[in-house]
Amino acid sequence: MKPWGLLAQFESVESLVHAARAVRTAGYRRAETYAPFDIEAIDEALRLPPPRTAAATLAGALLGGAGGYFLQWYAAVVDLPLNIGGRPGHSWPMFIPVTFEMTILGGALAAVAAFFIGSRLPSLDHPVFGAPGFEAATRDGFFLCLRADDPAWNETDARRLLSELRPMALHALEAVPP
Amino acid sequence: MTSPAPVVASSDIGVLQAGQTYRSVGDLIEGRVLDHRTGRVWWIAFAVSGIGMLVFLGAIGWLFHIGLGIWGINMPVAWGFAIANCVWWIGIGHAGTFISAVLLLARQRWRTSINRFAEAMTLFAAGMAGLFPLLHLGRPWFAYWLAPYPDRMGLWPQWRSPLVWDFFAIATYLAVSFLFWYLGLMPDLASLRDRARQPWKAITFGVLAMGWRGEARQWSRHRTAYLLLAGLATPLVVSVHSVVSLDFAIGNTPGYHSTIFPPFFVAGALLSGFAMVITLAVPLRYFFGLQAVITPRHFDNAAKVVLATCCLLGYGYVMEIFTAFYSGDRYEIAVTLQRWTGPYAFVYWGMIFCNIVAPQVLWWRRNRRNLALLFGLSLVVNVGMWAERVMIVVTSLYHDYLPSAWGLYVPTGWDWLFLAGSICTFAWLFLVFVRLLPAISIAEMRGLVHASAAPEGPP
Repeated sequence: MKPWGLLAQFESVESLVHAARAVRTAGYRRAETYAPFDIEAIDEALRLPPPRTAAATLAGALLGGAGGYFLQWYAAVVDLPLNIGGRPGHSWPMFIPVTFEMTILGGALAAVAAFFIGSRLPSLDHPVFGAPGFEAATRDGFFLCLRADDPAWNETDARRLLSELRPMALHALEAVPP
Repeated sequence: MTSPAPVVASSDIGVLQAGQTYRSVGDLIEGRVLDHRTGRVWWIAFAVSGIGMLVFLGAIGWLFHIGLGIWGINMPVAWGFAIANCVWWIGIGHAGTFISAVLLLARQRWRTSINRFAEAMTLFAAGMAGLFPLLHLGRPWFAYWLAPYPDRMGLWPQWRSPLVWDFFAIATYLAVSFLFWYLGLMPDLASLRDRARQPWKAITFGVLAMGWRGEARQWSRHRTAYLLLAGLATPLVVSVHSVVSLDFAIGNTPGYHSTIFPPFFVAGALLSGFAMVITLAVPLRYFFGLQAVITPRHFDNAAKVVLATCCLLGYGYVMEIFTAFYSGDRYEIAVTLQRWTGPYAFVYWGMIFCNIVAPQVLWWRRNRRNLALLFGLSLVVNVGMWAERVMIVVTSLYHDYLPSAWGLYVPTGWDWLFLAGSICTFAWLFLVFVRLLPAISIAEMRGLVHASAAPEGPP
C-alpha cells in the first residue's frame, strides 16, 4: 500500500530545525514539522511564505469600521432623522466611538477567521494522529513529515534522506479513510 | 536510532525556576486539570462561592419580580451600587488583556505564567460588569433595544448617547477577550487531549482543540493572529474604560463633567486589575503548588505596576481638585468640598488611604516580595477602587445644583447582597476555570524552558 507520508521524530529543537532545512534544500516544498511550542526558526528553515493573516485583518478592520459608520449614518440621517433643536443629523464626531469599536471587532474576527481557514481547522482527523507516539508532539516530541503528494516525493529517496538525519523514530503514515 | 532524547532543562531566569523541562511544566499544569488533586480547600471555596452564586441568582429573580425599589436608589441618586459595581468590575477586567496584549507586544517574559488566568479573570469580570447595567435597566426585558436591528417600530439606538457606545465597547471587549483567550488556549487543549486517560475527557478536549497538531504552518499563523489580536486589543483596553468614563463625563453634572475622566479611569482600572491579579495569584500559587512557575519576580513586577498606576491615579485625584478650583465654577468647588467634608467624606478619605497611601509601602523591594503583605494590600486596593467608583457615582449626584434637589443615598441590604453575590459568582467561575482548564499557558511555558535552556549568546 502506498503511504500517505513518512514521519520522523527528532530529539531536540535544534535537530528538528536542521532536518527541516535539509529536506527543504532537498526540494521538499510540502514538508511539515510538528512541535509542542512555537519555534520561529522553523519558518525560515521550511521557507514558509508569510501568512496572509495581516492582510485579512486589515480588510476585516476596514470593513468593520466602514460598516459601523455606515450603519450610524444610515440610521441617523436616512432612516430615522431626529430634529432636536436643528442639530445636524450627520454628527460625525459622535459616531467615532462605535466606529472605532466596530473596527477592532471586524479586525479581530478576521484575524481569527484567517487563522482557522489558513491552518485548515477545525479538522479532527489527520494521518499524523495515527502514528505511534505522535501524542508527544504536544509534549516534548519534535516531528518532521514528508508527504507523498509532494512534487519531490520518491519513497526510497525520502526514507534514505530522513534516515541520514538520524531521527529517533521513523514511521510510514497511512491515509485517513474518507 | 532510538537513543533517549537529551533532557532540556531550564535555568533560573527569575520568572522560571531552574530544572524545569518540557515534560515537567506540562505535568505540573495539566495534573491540576486531569487528576483529582484539587484538595479540600478548593471544595470549600467552591461550595461557599457556589451558595453565594445561587443567592445572587435568587436575588436577580427577586429584583426582576419586584423592581428596582429593593435598592436604595431614588431621586436624585438614581445611580447607586449597580453602576459603581459595573465600573469596578470592568476596571478589574482590564488587567487581563493588558497583561496579555501590552506585555506581549513589549516582549515581557513575566507575562507567560500569569496571562492565561488573568485573561479568564478578565472574561468573568467583564461578564459581571455587563450584567449590572442590565439589572439596573428597570425593564430588563427591553435590553435588546440597545442593539441596532431593523425593527417594526422603525427605531434605532441613539448613536450620540455614551450608553450606546458603552454597549458596543463592552460587547466588543468581551468578544475580543474571548477570542484572544481561546486562541491562546488551543495548543494547551491539544496537550490535554493527548494526556487525558479517560476517553470522554480526550474527546471533549479533542473537540475543543479543533484538531490542533502543532504544525509549523499552524504555529506560524497562530503567532501572527495572536500578535495581531494583541495589537488590536491594546487600543481596545484603553478605549473601553474611556468609553465607560464618558457615561459620566458627557453628562453636565458637577463632578462628572471633566475631560480628565478617560485617562483617569484607565489608570484606576489598571490599578484595580493588577490588585485583583495579585489577589488571585497568591492563593492559586499556594494551593496548586505553582511556585516553580509563578515566582517572587512576578509579584515584584505586578507590585511595581500597582505602584505606578497608584501614582498616576494620585495625579488624577490632584488634577481633579485643581481643575475644580481653577475653573472657578461654584458647583464644581462645592462638590469637591462636599467630598472632603460631607456625609460621604469617609468614602473619599477611605479611598485616598486605600488607593494612594497604602500602596506606598511598595517602594521597598522587601515588601514587594512579601506575599502575605501583598495579598492584604491587594484586598485593600480592591476595596479602595470600589470606594472610588461609589464616590464618583454618588457624591456627584446627591448634591448638584439646587438645594431642593439634594438628597442622600443609603444602600439597602439588597445593594450589599448584589455586590457580595457578584463577587461570589466571579470567584465561583474562576474556581471552575482553574479546575477544568490549564490556568497557565503550557505551550508558552515550554517555549520559555527552551529559551532559558539555550546557551547564552556572546555578551
